[in-house]
This record gives sequence, C-alpha cells and structure tokens, in this order.
Amino acid sequence: MALKDLPIEECLFQGNAACPGCPATIALRLVLKALGKNTIMVVPACCTAVIESLYPKTSFDVPVMNIAFEAAAAGASGVEASLRQQGKEDTTVLAWAGDGGTYDIGIQALSGALERGTNFIYICYNNQIYSNTGVQRSGATPYSAWTTTTVSGKTEFYKEMGDIVRAHHIPYSAQACISQPEDLYRKVQKAKGIKGPKYIEILAPCPPGWRFSMDLTVEMGDLAIETGAWTLYECENDIVTFNGKSKILLEGKIKRKPAEEWIKHQGRFRHLFVPKKDEEKLKLIQQHIDKRWERYQKEFL
Amino acid sequence: MTIMIDTGNYIAAKAAVMARPQVVAAYPITPQTTLVEGIANYVANGEYKGEYICVESEHSAMAACIGASETGSRTFTATSSHGLLLMHEMLHWASLARLPIVMCNINRVIGPGWNIWTDENDSIAQRDTGWIQFYCSSNQEIFDTIIQSFKIAEHEKIVLPVMINYNAFILSHTSMPADIPTQKEIDDFLPPFKPHWKLDVNNPVTHGNIIGTAYYEHIRKGMQDAQDHAKKIIKDVAKEWERQFGRHHGDLIEYYHCDDAEYILISTGAIGAESKAAINNLRKEGIKIGLARLRVFRPFPEEEIRKLAKQSELIVIDRNISIGSNGAFYNEIKSALYGVSDTKVTGFIAGLGGKDVPYHDIETMCKKAIKSKKVNNSQIWFGFDGGE
Repeated sequence: MALKDLPIEECLFQGNAACPGCPATIALRLVLKALGKNTIMVVPACCTAVIESLYPKTSFDVPVMNIAFEAAAAGASGVEASLRQQGKEDTTVLAWAGDGGTYDIGIQALSGALERGTNFIYICYNNQIYSNTGVQRSGATPYSAWTTTTVSGKTEFYKEMGDIVRAHHIPYSAQACISQPEDLYRKVQKAKGIKGPKYIEILAPCPPGWRFSMDLTVEMGDLAIETGAWTLYECENDIVTFNGKSKILLEGKIKRKPAEEWIKHQGRFRHLFVPKKDEEKLKLIQQHIDKRWERYQKEFL
Repeated sequence: MTIMIDTGNYIAAKAAVMARPQVVAAYPITPQTTLVEGIANYVANGEYKGEYICVESEHSAMAACIGASETGSRTFTATSSHGLLLMHEMLHWASLARLPIVMCNINRVIGPGWNIWTDENDSIAQRDTGWIQFYCSSNQEIFDTIIQSFKIAEHEKIVLPVMINYNAFILSHTSMPADIPTQKEIDDFLPPFKPHWKLDVNNPVTHGNIIGTAYYEHIRKGMQDAQDHAKKIIKDVAKEWERQFGRHHGDLIEYYHCDDAEYILISTGAIGAESKAAINNLRKEGIKIGLARLRVFRPFPEEEIRKLAKQSELIVIDRNISIGSNGAFYNEIKSALYGVSDTKVTGFIAGLGGKDVPYHDIETMCKKAIKSKKVNNSQIWFGFDGGE
C-alpha cells in the first residue's frame, strides 16, 4: 500500500508529549492506522507512557492500559483471556514496549506469553537504549555506543532478540523500521490477520538518545538498513523472508554501505572519530555486521 | 448443600470455581500447589469454564489478573511466601488501579533457609499494599470467606483487591469437613461481576498514565476511604452470609467468651483456632479469659480493639515479626490504644518457622501474661532457645 492510501483515521492525537523527531510517534501512527480503533493497547514503563500525556488527558483514541515495566506481555495475556470470555475476540490486543521492556526486564513475561500462544501482537520499538529514563544502556545498545551508563562506549554487542523470538516458533515475527512506512504498515496488517502470538520489532532512531539532529530520524533508519546494521524481514511459520532493501542486500544485488556511513552522524559514537579516529573499534563494528550477514546468507539465501 | 471433606486448598479451589471468575491466572508454589491443581481438575472435568492462564511467574500471574480485571472480568489467583513477595509490585498496582481481584495466600515462611511451614511474615510484608487482608482458621471459613471476598471486593464503596490468608499445611493440607452450598445458592449470594469501569474500545480511556500530585493524592485518599467503608461492609456481608447459610465466623473479629472476660487473648489463623482449646482449659481453672481472633488485618479493627481494652487486659500472640520492632499485630494494637487506654498489653512472638503452637503453650503464655506486673512488656519470644 502506498503512503497516500493509508487510512486517514488517526488514533494518536496531535499535541502529544513526544520529543520533536520522535520515532515512536511515527511508528504509533502507522501501527494504529493498520490496527484501527478496535484495539486495546498495553503499555509498560517506556517513552510512550510519557507520550500518552498527563492524566486526565490522553493522546490516544484507543483504550490504553499502563502496566509495570516487566509486565507488558503478562498484562496483555490477561486482557486477551478476558476479551475471549466476553466474546470479543475480534478486538486486537497490542502490547507496545521499548527495548528495555522487551530485551531486558520484560523478556520473561514475553517468552511466557509467546510459549502460551497468547493471541496478541507484541511490538518492540527499539531505540537501543533506556531513553525514557535518560539514555542508559540496554541489551539492545550496540557496541561502542555512548550512554549515561557506558560513558566510554558499550563494551558488549547487543543480543539478537529476533533469534530469541524465532526460537519460540510463533506464527509471525518481523523486523521493520520507521523509515519504511509501507513495509511497517503491511507487516502490522498481516499480523492482525493471524491468530496466535505475533512479534514485530521496529527500529526507532532516537534523536536525543543517539545524539543526532531531530530532522534526521528517517535518514538514520534508512542508513541503518543500507549499512546492514538493521534488517527488514518477516518470519511466517519458521520461514524467513527478507524485505525491501534488506532483500536486495541479501541477494547481493547492491553492496552494503560501510557502517561508518551510519554511525558518523550519531553523537553517541563521536568518541570513535574525535580526537582521533578509533580504527580498531570501527573495524570491530563492521566485522560484527559482516559476520551477521554471512550467517544470513548461509541461513536465508 | 453437601458436605465436602477435603484439604483447605481443595476447598479453596471449590470456592474459587463456584464464584465463577472469568479469568484465573496462577503459578505453582508449595504449599499453594494443590489449590491450582484443584482448579486445573475443574477445568478438565468442565466444572470451570473460565480462562485458566498458567503463567511463568507470580509477577505475571498478578499482571495477568490486572489485565483481565481492567477489561471487566472477575479474577482469582493464589500464591504463597516467595510467590507473594515476587508479586509485591503488582499488589500495589492492583489496588491503586482499584481492581477487585481476589487471591488466596497460603502463609508460608520466607527463606533462606528453605522452609515450607507456616508463619505470617509473607502477608504481613504486604501490609501497606492497599489489599484487604483476611486470616482464616478452618476450611469452612476459607470457603465462606472466598465467596464473601468477591462480594466485598466488588462492592461499589470498596473496589479493592482482597487477600485471604491461611496457614501452610495446618490448613492447606489438612482435611476437614465443609458445607458446600449449591451453585444456585452461591449465584444468588454473588451475582455476576458488574465492573464500575473497564477498558472498552467504544469508550477509549487511558488508564494509569502520568499523574500530577493532586490527583495522585485523591487516589490514595480514595483507597483509604474504601478501607474505612470495608469495616462496615465486611460486617454486613458476614451477616448476609449468616442469614442465607447459617454460619458466622465473626466479622473483623471472632469473639469467644469475651463478655465477662478480665483478660482477652488476641491471635490469628490456626493459632486462633487452637486458642479456643486453651481458653476452655483456662476457664475450667477459673480464669476469666476470652479470645478475640483477628480475622481482618486490613482494614485494622481499631474501634473493636479499643472496646476490648476498656474491659480487659490484652495478650497478643504474633506469628510474625517486624524485625527491629515488634510483631505486626502487637504494634497495631498498641497504636490503636495510644492515648485512649492504659490497659496492660503483653505480646508474644510464637510459631515462627512453622514451629507448632499447641494449646498448652498458649495456656502457658496466657498465665505468664496474667502473672506479669509490667504494664508495657516488650514482646516475649515464647519457647525460644529452650526458655520461654
């Protein structure tokens, strides 16, 4: 579907409390356009709890249940069971959490809900940090990135949440990016039509967290894809299909841009460029991406 | 009405299912396990037709109950000890969200070291979560209190969660007879849950978002008012139950030989039941003593305690300890009496770690308290290290 054909209906109101250039609001608009008003959202502690705005006001035109940080998937399990008892199985249950609430504190509840076959869509908007609490490292933070708790740069690589989710063999999981709205919209719409647990992870480049200019949110998403730092794919019944530019990269029709093209715009990697270029760390970052794509080619080509 | 002879847990499972919750979410922990197994059996034989979510932790059990309750379903869960402690965050969440979730907690010791026997430190540690707390002393009382608790929790002047506590093994795994009303009788007493609000796609609200100080204070005050209302409504529901089923276990307190008592023993749970045997023996010896078995810890029955202190000296047995202070019940009782009564209150810590507290030990404690001349004893660790 082309952008111009997306539903006009908005479930996220203007004047919400997001930062300028926020990727989460881009994603929320698209996701809620795809799901429509017959949706109940479950939101743990994350930036969206702020975007919702201050009680008694709200930025959402769908019901929202806030829940504790680690409890999004478990809370959604209760909502889903309750709706089934009430004969409202047509209502979509959407758990909407950040990477902290997904990779780290919420991984147990998520794994449990996936294993139980909960009929819901779990979306992780991944900005690779705890941004709501002021930019601390998460399990999704990339190697060498500055955060307030990795002051000299993170010394570990992030974990592969997509692999962890796929190990649950759920009917549908996917990775998307805010810079590819048609792809994201299509994936959410597809997930809506599938029964059982669905997991979608959306890369969400965060201007204040990644330290780039707020007009570059979309560019940071596209560069992540073009450098192979992020991948667009979907997995239906254990069969993985790459999408968009990621597909073309996998097939080798175009070359991945060097990782440096993506990270040089981000202040969180500034220490790799000034006072002098840290060739060694830049090489490690590139090698990490290369290795992942070697694996992709072996597994998915 | 039929007689069921079974353990506290199986009788609790029966009550939970007869209350017709739409959603049960639970995680197993000794000694609660046979309760959730009991519910699983009712799922298997078709007697329970609601949802039964076997979650991956107690934290998720309460989170799932919260999700179910916020969407308008009657919900039930059960736990014990470390499970209750893991839930702690969500216990606050459930009460601040004003959700009438009903939960059984089987009072069990907290580790380390691992100990599956009974004391009350698990539930006492949840004192400030906003939950109404009952303490039961027989399997019949467990059944009756579970059904009553849904009515109390869902009452329009309360809308708070309720925790029904009873002792590990002494009640959870001990068979006793209980009268079980028919499903129709239960349905007449407890109509289907009509939520006061719920998440509804036709009326989209955001629940639990960021809140300013003034509104937040309103929420806390509302909870406090609800607990105040509960003092009366617990009594009303107990009376209604008595009218319909002919049984009364007391309301906030069960009184036993209190009318002419010069001394009143205050205890809870299984020690509360054992205390009746001690009172009978002491009365035979000519000691005018009665028992006030505390059934409800939250809301705390301050007025009732003050009334007792007007006529009698008080003796308190705590199967819990707030380390660095005193037993929780002793503290609350002293606090209730401050400035209104100088009566003698003697407190004992007994039965920690599941140590047995038989009636003859209770008699010894009472006699020791009566003999003591001190008005303000610090609490005595009964039977500790061979001494008393």
